[in-house]
Amino acid sequence: MQLTLWTYEGPPHVGAMRIATAMRDIHYVLHAPQGDTYADLLFTMIERRQHRPPVTYTTFQARDLGADTAELFKRSVREAYERFQPTAMLVGASCTAELLQDDPGGLAAAVGIPIPVIPLELPSYQKKENWGAAETFYQIVRALVPRTPIKADTSPLSSDASARPRANLLGPTALGFRHRDDIKEVKRLLELLGIDVNIVAPYDASPADITRLPNAQFNVLMYPETAMQAAQWLHKEIKQPFTRTVPIGRNATRRFINEVASLANVDPTAALHELDTSSRAAWYARSVDSTYLTGKRVFVFGDATHALAAAAIAQDEMGFKVVGLGTYSREFAREIREAASRYGVEALITDDYLEVEQAVANAQPELVLGTQMERHIAKRLGIPCAVISAPVHVQDFPARYAPQMGLEGANVMFDTWIHPLMMGLEEHLLGMFRDDFEFNEQAGSSHLGHLQPAAADAEGRRAMLRLVAARDSTEMSRPESGATHIATDDLSPTDESDTATTRPNEHTNLAAGAATTSEPAWTAEAQRELGKIPFFVRGKARRNTERFAAERSISTITVETLYDAKAHYAR
Amino acid sequence: MSSPLPTAVPVARCREEKPSVHIPIHRERGQREVFCGLTGIIWLHRRIQDAFFLVVGSRTCAHLIQSAAGVMIFAEPRFATAIIDDRDLAGIADANDELDRVVSRLLERRPDIRMLFLVGSCPSEVIKLDLSRAAERLTKQFLPQVRVLSYSGSGIETTFTEGEDACLASLVPQLQVGTAAQSSEPSNLLIVGTVADIVEDQWTRMLTTMGIRNVQFFPPRRSGDLSRITVGPNTRVLLAQPFLANTCRMLVERGATHIPAPFPLGVEGTTAWLRAAANAFAVSDPAFENATQAARARGMRSLERHREVLEGKRIFFFPDSQLEIPLARFLSRELGMHLVEVGSPFIHRQIMGEELSLMPEATRLVEGQDVDSQLARCREARPDVTVCGLGLANPLEHEGLTTKWSIELVFSPIQGYDQAGDLAELFARPLRRKHLLEPELPVREALPCN
Repeated sequence: MQLTLWTYEGPPHVGAMRIATAMRDIHYVLHAPQGDTYADLLFTMIERRQHRPPVTYTTFQARDLGADTAELFKRSVREAYERFQPTAMLVGASCTAELLQDDPGGLAAAVGIPIPVIPLELPSYQKKENWGAAETFYQIVRALVPRTPIKADTSPLSSDASARPRANLLGPTALGFRHRDDIKEVKRLLELLGIDVNIVAPYDASPADITRLPNAQFNVLMYPETAMQAAQWLHKEIKQPFTRTVPIGRNATRRFINEVASLANVDPTAALHELDTSSRAAWYARSVDSTYLTGKRVFVFGDATHALAAAAIAQDEMGFKVVGLGTYSREFAREIREAASRYGVEALITDDYLEVEQAVANAQPELVLGTQMERHIAKRLGIPCAVISAPVHVQDFPARYAPQMGLEGANVMFDTWIHPLMMGLEEHLLGMFRDDFEFNEQAGSSHLGHLQPAAADAEGRRAMLRLVAARDSTEMSRPESGATHIATDDLSPTDESDTATTRPNEHTNLAAGAATTSEPAWTAEAQRELGKIPFFVRGKARRNTERFAAERSISTITVETLYDAKAHYAR
Repeated sequence: MSSPLPTAVPVARCREEKPSVHIPIHRERGQREVFCGLTGIIWLHRRIQDAFFLVVGSRTCAHLIQSAAGVMIFAEPRFATAIIDDRDLAGIADANDELDRVVSRLLERRPDIRMLFLVGSCPSEVIKLDLSRAAERLTKQFLPQVRVLSYSGSGIETTFTEGEDACLASLVPQLQVGTAAQSSEPSNLLIVGTVADIVEDQWTRMLTTMGIRNVQFFPPRRSGDLSRITVGPNTRVLLAQPFLANTCRMLVERGATHIPAPFPLGVEGTTAWLRAAANAFAVSDPAFENATQAARARGMRSLERHREVLEGKRIFFFPDSQLEIPLARFLSRELGMHLVEVGSPFIHRQIMGEELSLMPEATRLVEGQDVDSQLARCREARPDVTVCGLGLANPLEHEGLTTKWSIELVFSPIQGYDQAGDLAELFARPLRRKHLLEPELPVREALPCN
């Protein structure tokens, strides 16, 4: 038994649903108790699909267990065939039905419907969603692709020497992270290479399309998690090679172009030229503005494909430092371990959310790249986060075009990963003045306009929220924002707005300060120097300098004091 | 001041009165597109603030709760799943030892927990894992810090809101036993079923004003308050939710008297519901008027704006929470909607009796579900609003039907006078939205068909 708060993957039959839902003209009859229909909402709500998944559930209840659940299953098969008229049918059991041992494959065969029926054996108590997807796609390919190898002289590939080479794209499924857009981006890469796409599968493929898979010279394996098994089988059975490089990131895209070019025997020059000349991400990463990204500590976790890619991009294309790398895909543990050793970190192979949370906390990263679970972890710890892998939430199915693969994928990732970070100048100033109440490391990036507090203390968070809210409501009415009135440590909303309206101007304050309070006085020269600091941090500079002086019993602040304070608070 | 209540509404005197139901109920069997009882954890874990819900089940169970909840919340949950694996099934690991280990780890992590529910699932039922014995064993181990209880939220035994029924039923033995007093005078009013805190506060004020002093709510906000709730021969039980048949039966078995009433949805329903309680406690008419009049008038005003949108519109209910019949009654009688079909997973005659007597006679009532034939009927009827679950809503929207997700009705404060307008708005909003996004539509609809 395993204690689970959140799970990275659903059960294997949900993987089968991802294949069935991605395809056309296929139907899945699932022996499952009432309640398992929840899985429909993954597709209709999270992915916002416009059609119900092509799944019929037997939805047996307690009273059926005493009766004949096998007969219920057969009736469901018959009725689903008549109602939906699919050209192939998947049959299987969910976790509870697996315990009943009703043998969906045998029962469906007994019904005798005139289409291919593909039985799925998905052991729910051992395996998980991605395995279920891979197994289902493999069984579909195995069942539907003609066994007889295509003879060289009749093959459409060799009939016309001048014809363009053809490839299949394997792996994209329903509910996949940006699969919809990756397909378009990979097609674009192939177009640059002068290669036609034969079939994309399972996404939008019909059973008839699957039978036409052999009409391509090779396969592009887009997602090893869901299509490795099928690709290996096609390689073995019909001698179709497949690509090993997943084109996520510029470097990987370059390797992918070269690999595909050699498989298809075409010239990669034009495609490589396009890559070199059109990537904004490459230029942005080199622009001086990005200098502040150097060596930022990044923790990476996700499915194996996206985690490997993200780590490579982080280190080699962004100039970050990978301080943690892991996956929940145990099937690809070896690849992750190899990569982790390259970054000098220990690979984290687990599907235990609590373990990942601990590892993130220990690594103290400045950016987390993960799934929706890591977004949750990062939120709790107050660390910026970008999503790079399934499982994802509804907002990670964006309306806009946002691939991960190819040229545009690299641009999308640059933007997405940089967005949650503090901007360079802002970061410099934080290094200089470290604990301003409204502009500090805990307050989060100012351009995001909301709070990402690191403080675990809930009272502290509420206090900070109150301050931010007060700042936002008074900002517009201030005569000289930040310059004149930030003096006390314990500003409450009322205090602050009172201060904004009633506090005397700098000069009167100076005089009053020198005469009646213990606050250090500023020399005119130091005051002018302070005025050179950008207005939005002037209040902080002033406060830090005053505190620095007070702590040292300096009664008059000179330019020297100002710079001594700066040196003191600089990192 | 005229009451919105028709005189026909029975003012029940704590006796099981079966109103004559002449509306035929169509029973349907087939694929049921509904949640299982585990889903109730999503609101129960927020209601009882020091309780934790540990589902003993499969990865599917964990994924279900996460997906159903994930659509709405992503905070530190007070629920988790102990996922049964191969080793437990093959007998390599003793399932009870494994459960003890998981519970110990969980309680270490969450020392704030005072009550732990072991929640049974389809797989734990099928392999006959005895969670009630496990709960007894673990209670011995962890008392006085933590009390461990069990109930089943499995899909083979419970449909969606029945999970709350099973949970509350498991809590009934924790309540204080009220001794039979000399007189048969009612001593306390027990309102049963999770409602929003704000609704509870409104009712408490109103009932206190009427002179009903001892009002208790079940489940309470904290598990420690369970022992302060008394159930005995002088207890009167009023259901705030319709899906609590077993809990109600168990309370009655402990001597309490169930007050039959319609459910407190809409102004009329709330009045009838409060009136039933008032009658049970011999509250005078002036005292009742005094306590409810202002809120009732406010509630009726709040419906006006929505009646403009909803009146004359046709509505179709897919079965979901058992709230369908009271909702349909409200929409039909107070907002003038036409009921095309009202589906409900179960219809408990006794509990629904008062509601059924208020329903328009021609209403098509369907108990159970065969989702594909129901979808066919819905497409054929093309209702103006379709109330359905999350799995069906977007596909139906894509087909041009306007939908209202039913799960929202279980998570929103919709009961009582001051929420009547909010409840109406939940149904009016999809229509308003459609009008905003496609302003030309009503015009086109107004054109004569040819």
